Amino acid sequence: MSTETKETGGFEPKVIAFVCNWCTYLGADLAGTNRLEYPANIRIVRLPCTGRIDFNLLVKAFEAGADAVLVSGCHPGDCHYTAGNFHARRRWILFRELLDTLGIDTNRVHFSWISAAEGAKFQQFVTEIVEKTRKLGPYTGYREIVNN
Amino acid sequence: MRETAGKLLAEGTVDVVIGYGRLETGAVGAVFVTKVADVDKLVWNDECHQDLVVYLTRKETKKLGRPAVVVKGCDARAAVVLANESQISLSDVYLIGMVCPGMKNTKAANDASGNLPLYDRCLTCQDRVPRHVNAVIGDEAKTNLLSPEEAATKGNFARLAKLRAMSPQERLDWWSHEFSRCVKCYACRQNCPLCYCNQCVADKNRPVRIDTSSTLKGNFAWNILRAFHLAGRCVGCGACANACPAGIDLDLLNLTLAMTAEKEFGHVSGREVGTAPLIGSFSEQDKEDFIR
Repeated sequence: MSTETKETGGFEPKVIAFVCNWCTYLGADLAGTNRLEYPANIRIVRLPCTGRIDFNLLVKAFEAGADAVLVSGCHPGDCHYTAGNFHARRRWILFRELLDTLGIDTNRVHFSWISAAEGAKFQQFVTEIVEKTRKLGPYTGYREIVNN
Repeated sequence: MRETAGKLLAEGTVDVVIGYGRLETGAVGAVFVTKVADVDKLVWNDECHQDLVVYLTRKETKKLGRPAVVVKGCDARAAVVLANESQISLSDVYLIGMVCPGMKNTKAANDASGNLPLYDRCLTCQDRVPRHVNAVIGDEAKTNLLSPEEAATKGNFARLAKLRAMSPQERLDWWSHEFSRCVKCYACRQNCPLCYCNQCVADKNRPVRIDTSSTLKGNFAWNILRAFHLAGRCVGCGACANACPAGIDLDLLNLTLAMTAEKEFGHVSGREVGTAPLIGSFSEQDKEDFIR
């Protein structure tokens, strides 16, 4: 972590992760208990289900200064509430297109299915997103427009 | 149309006919006709762009009794969406469907022949003959319908294609120019037949979800919210864009979502009676190539 900070001239991406309480949150927990190291750039917001994740939260995250957003939940068929993730998936298909038309960078919006047993996948995916965001640089487009 | 309206009122089939009439301002807008003697107030011309289905969910209208509504093709689709969402029952309303030649864009400049052009969305419209209505009035042969292929390259489709050809940052700048004119009057919401929530989230203040001041922050949040709450529901009647005092091109947001709904799910809102709402349902086969 600390060495990378120096290499990139101080830019540390902020990644907001909206995760499901029943899977990805526990996956992150498992990564922790297994001592799998992942970047501290990720800020986790725990919600009951991906079906609960309002698209406004993604917009708010970008307003508040997120450089990337991750939405993660249970694999299809594994939802604690039977079908929350299916509803969420359909919503994201549509919402991604809306963001694209608006010109909000869809390379900074990530989605994944990570179960409670996939601590390693969580570590790997989070590392990947943070590295990708680091390369893309700070996301100033939307933030500067809405906050001036 | 006057004849049908008069007959419905005289026979007591309906208590009120919601139609178009010449207002005191000279514009064409909604009139509520409750007496047979007043049916002459009803008009039908190329200025009837308002979507009258919006009144069906209003409590003031419900007090007037059983309604008949004058609808165009797009408005009829809005009524079908309301029925599919259990907001109205199609058996409780009488839809007087008008074969629509397309509405004139009163905000535009005259074209070469000195006439006002059609609204872009009317130019590419595929619903000039209303469906799922109780009566169809007009000559179905005179609709001058463009073929779907031709329509997809014109009007609002062409404007969206032009926008999508820009870079993301250019698009964002373009929208911030559009939204900078928004004054948060919520006319888009009030005129939309499908924005019927008793309390809009934009009006909730504990917590404030949408910044209420008309700054770019609040304007972006509001317009994203409005567009997405109509995802898979919007029928493209253009009531929002017509009502917008700032002339924001809301059609492009609505069209993006409508095109995605059709492409990904084969869903055209309000086309069929009895279909499940797009966002309220799901399929296990939905695409997930963007999810890791």
